Amino acid sequence: MSSGLRIGMVCPYVWDVPGGVRSHVADLSAELRLRGHFVDILAPLDDESPVAHEVTNGGKPIAVRYNGSIARLNFGLRATRQARRWIQEGNFDLIHVHEPVAPGLSLLSIWVADGPIVATWHSSNPHSRILASVNRLAQTAMEKISGRIAVSEDARRTLVAHVGGDAVLIPNGVRLQSFHAPGAHPAFNTPGHSLLFLGRLDESRKGLAVLLDAMPAIIAGDPLAHLYVAGPGEVDEIRDELAPEIRDHITFLGLVSEAEKAQALHTADVYIAPNTGAESFGIVLIEAMAAGTAVLAADLPAFARVLHDGKAGQLFANENSAALADAALALLADPAERARLVAAGSDRVRRFDWDVVVDDVLAVYESVTASGEQVTADLRGQIIGRFGNSLGQGGR
Amino acid sequence: MNWWLIALVIVVVLVFAWYLSTTAGRLDRLHRRIETSTFALDAQLLRRSSVAIELSVAEVLDPASSELIAETAHDARQSIDADVMQRIAAESALSEVLMQALDDVDEVNLLREDPLAADLLDELSASIRRVELCRRFLNDAVLACGQIHEHRLVRWFRLAGHTPVPTTWEMDDRPPQGLGIIGS
Repeated sequence: MSSGLRIGMVCPYVWDVPGGVRSHVADLSAELRLRGHFVDILAPLDDESPVAHEVTNGGKPIAVRYNGSIARLNFGLRATRQARRWIQEGNFDLIHVHEPVAPGLSLLSIWVADGPIVATWHSSNPHSRILASVNRLAQTAMEKISGRIAVSEDARRTLVAHVGGDAVLIPNGVRLQSFHAPGAHPAFNTPGHSLLFLGRLDESRKGLAVLLDAMPAIIAGDPLAHLYVAGPGEVDEIRDELAPEIRDHITFLGLVSEAEKAQALHTADVYIAPNTGAESFGIVLIEAMAAGTAVLAADLPAFARVLHDGKAGQLFANENSAALADAALALLADPAERARLVAAGSDRVRRFDWDVVVDDVLAVYESVTASGEQVTADLRGQIIGRFGNSLGQGGR
Repeated sequence: MNWWLIALVIVVVLVFAWYLSTTAGRLDRLHRRIETSTFALDAQLLRRSSVAIELSVAEVLDPASSELIAETAHDARQSIDADVMQRIAAESALSEVLMQALDDVDEVNLLREDPLAADLLDELSASIRRVELCRRFLNDAVLACGQIHEHRLVRWFRLAGHTPVPTTWEMDDRPPQGLGIIGS
């Protein structure tokens, strides 16, 4: 691929609101632009906000129930017309849509386009009723996708179960550079070993409670150990409920910036991820490994995969505080094992570096654009076009 | 004469014609996807066997591996005009030899110290990954196409014309461990 590609990127979720898919699209597009490719992003916008110049406005989304929660998506005749005009004027070599089954701009773009189409599946919702009942029209749209990507093994299983076929696995990228040698975090001022927790304090699936229950045993085994807790939540409420013997062994850092997060990960001896479920990827584990910290995580399937089945970080039985305490104490007492995990971790995360991920995405682009065909508007989506098409086929 | 009945028949015929035309359209599109993917896979397999031959004559590997890679890569190139099953067998044999020859990360990293070898190994890795991607995309299209082909109406109305039901490309494309490509 010597010359730059013209890529049409579609994000179905509103651009003004932060989110996993949105930041993936933004980062991927930025990396592709750095490599000299042209990327135009089509995304819903709430209003003509300052970010408007970054993306092509796909219109104002409408709140609907989708996938068990309220999602804001674009559909209807106007949205379809908007997507079609974007395809017609874009002159793209390929379009890359994200979360193609969500009934929004991604699905519509596939519907109105003809030519090389790449789609990335992000979510893993095995029980989604809507995904399970992909109708004939959506199925027809899925058939148009030439290259399917899943960001995780769970996302891939969701795709296989609901749409059939298979996908290639290309993980989410992480900007590893910002985690290399970020410097020490100033709040880490205790003399002994330090443990770190990251995440919302009041969200039970982040598992802070599991870790706090393990703390008395950890302190008993390693009296100088100290836990640093970074994340938003009602700090005072939690501190009041702590047993007095562990209260002095815990420091709450509150909400931290990206830079502070990197520093905290870098400074801690062990990063602990006691999450109890509903994690499909585990980006923070990758960030911890990139920052050079030994990782101890609950044995969720997604975490086990990121940690290479325990080779790049240790796993403990999910929701088991005693197992957590044992594993943490063993790790704190064994600097050689920690150093081994840090080395294995920094090797492991290379796979998730945006540089490597973008290489792989470009390999997909190369595979689907091999014939040199460009993206055009699919007139089958319009009544008139459909007639023209029928005639064309009759004449063959 | 019952005009209502005639009108109804006309509507049914029109809807049926529309259905047939869209199904034919879907088939047509899938056949184009299969063509594109086959073309892409073909190009990457050729690229892979070319790099393999270059690697075998670059005197960076041991003589036994070099000889086996040269021979299987040559067979793979010769099989281009042979029938599909023969070609798949030849390409799979090349995959297996590469897997054996480049099975150790540390050894491969040592080879990479030679800039020429590093270039060839990068090129080989790139083509191996792309063979895997193209094959996956081709098989996806073939499976989707097969489902429509099986449809009764498609067979009765010969919507697929005389194009045969395409077959999936079942070859061994596992990457050599030593190249550090994480397959999917």
